[in-house]
Amino acid sequence: MFDIERWQEIFDTIRKNKLRTFLTGLSVASGIFILVILLGFGQGMRNGIEQEFKQDASTSIWAWPGMTSKGYKGLNPGRRIRFVNENFETVSSMYEEDIEYESSRIFVRDITVNYGKEALIYGVQGVSTDFQFIENTAMLEGRFVNHLDELATGKVAIIGNKIKKDVFNEVDSPLGEMIDISGIPFKVIGVFREMREQEEERIYIPITTAQKVFNGGNRVNNMAYTLPPVENFDEAVAQAVAFKENLKSYLQQAHTVAPDDNGALEVWSAMEEAKRYYGLTGNIKLFFWFVGICTIIAGVVGVSNIMMIVVRERTREIGIRKALGAKPWSIIGMILHEAIFVTAISGFAGLIFSMGLLELVGPNIEVDYVLNPSVSFNVAFSTVIVLIVAGTLAGFVPAWRAARVQVIESLRDE
Amino acid sequence: MIEIKDLHKSYKMGSNSLHVLKGINFTAEDGELVAIMGSSGSGKSTLLNILGMLDEADSGEYTLDNVPIKNLSETKAAQYRNKFLGFIFQSFNLINYKSAMENVALPLYYQKVGRKERQEKALNYLERVGLKEWATHLPNELSGGQKQRVAIARAMAAEPKVLLADEPTGALDSKTSYEVMDLIQKINDEGNTILVVTHEEDIAHMCKRIVHLRDGVIVEDKKVKQVRAAEYVQ
Repeated sequence: MFDIERWQEIFDTIRKNKLRTFLTGLSVASGIFILVILLGFGQGMRNGIEQEFKQDASTSIWAWPGMTSKGYKGLNPGRRIRFVNENFETVSSMYEEDIEYESSRIFVRDITVNYGKEALIYGVQGVSTDFQFIENTAMLEGRFVNHLDELATGKVAIIGNKIKKDVFNEVDSPLGEMIDISGIPFKVIGVFREMREQEEERIYIPITTAQKVFNGGNRVNNMAYTLPPVENFDEAVAQAVAFKENLKSYLQQAHTVAPDDNGALEVWSAMEEAKRYYGLTGNIKLFFWFVGICTIIAGVVGVSNIMMIVVRERTREIGIRKALGAKPWSIIGMILHEAIFVTAISGFAGLIFSMGLLELVGPNIEVDYVLNPSVSFNVAFSTVIVLIVAGTLAGFVPAWRAARVQVIESLRDE
Repeated sequence: MIEIKDLHKSYKMGSNSLHVLKGINFTAEDGELVAIMGSSGSGKSTLLNILGMLDEADSGEYTLDNVPIKNLSETKAAQYRNKFLGFIFQSFNLINYKSAMENVALPLYYQKVGRKERQEKALNYLERVGLKEWATHLPNELSGGQKQRVAIARAMAAEPKVLLADEPTGALDSKTSYEVMDLIQKINDEGNTILVVTHEEDIAHMCKRIVHLRDGVIVEDKKVKQVRAAEYVQ
């Protein structure tokens, strides 16, 4: 294949037809360009979704109550379900070995929050120590709720970073400052940060405090758990699904809810959700490949067309070569070589250009569900394979035709 | 050198069949210079195609240098063409983006001769046709006569057994025609077998033997007294 003479010929013909070769190359290059950009974005979406799920612990499972829609065991539909401490504790003791972290949560309602003379309009939630790990909450300053706070129904509050920025901008640190919740003073002991700003507009207090001080009784709004991490994604999903089903059926029995009544209480598993999105990105990736390959086919047809014209133009030359003793395969090789060369060079140009673009622009893209679009070495390698196959296909039909040129006819036509 | 026995060839055109060669018997000895004459449609091109292994006869025998030429694959035919035959065409058929030397070297390339040796040989043959100084020129920088001389050098480069010339002077004026015929005669003097297809009487008489074809048969085959082209060349 490495033959100076043949390379010279290829460069000669390309030099003679600069524009034509350039335009052909452009169609291949843009095909590859589009394919790589699409695949890059497919990866970007995957990265983005992964990131999105990293915000909460990926194995977290949440349960919250709703309203029954079906009558069951003599109870009327339209009954509001309420979770209580007992439910939470039962699950905790029943599945003690499966659970990594656990916390119930209560939304404290009908309260007013003040800092000095300023009224704050942030939600107050009662949570346990473990809630920090379930929400993947990062502490910027101070600490989260601990067991002692819970035991002593401590009057302590942990605020989000946004509240710090908005309200406590005049003090060095909000730690130690007192806020007033419905007339009761709470001491700020920590500042937390979340990925999403709206999740920073919260004030956490110990759940025991929330229940005792603000008439929560034994009611809880959410029950949240995480399961121990498992390396294998499918196993993690299976574990999450099993736990979710157990949790759901227990809660249904405890609250006399029909097993098929989906509105009465809901259990949500991050893992399962992640799997759905993963499946979706898989499909999107397939679709992108499909579109990309189609564009490449369009490019390849262009190359094939051009090579057809090349063969036609060079019929005479091919005739001469055959008369001088060129074997059919030598003619096929000559045309194929040129086709592969043109597709390879322009394809690589498209590949390098698109990868460069992804490299430059990729890290700067900040959109929900798209993060750092990029192509891996494997993908780049596959596109190169696609290219070479495409070049061969593009060249083969014209080359075959070239080999079948009839010497005498080709030399006779003036 | 060349032996043809009862050669038949017909072309099918739809339901009709055109019988072009109707039993040709022909022998050419080593070192002969034969003119094949005939009007268009007489079958001389078809005969040349078959002699040149570019086409195959329907029936009959063709032996070239004691090698039977029959049922050749395309690859084998290409090999034999390269080894046995040198072609000279009316319209020169040089490759226009290759220099004179590269054109001459092309048959050697298909013989897988190394690059260095190829160039040496090509220069050598160009010298023999008097065009050594033109080696690096492209065909379109050469005159018609020079182009044909390059083509002759190319035909000889592979050292073939037989040179087949298809109207070698057809595109040239008479002065250049005689120059080319002079060259062909000189090559023949060195002992090469040459077949010249022509329809020009004066060119034919510069050969040693004239074969007349008409309607697919040889109607006349005579030895002639060779007119030396050098007499016309100053």
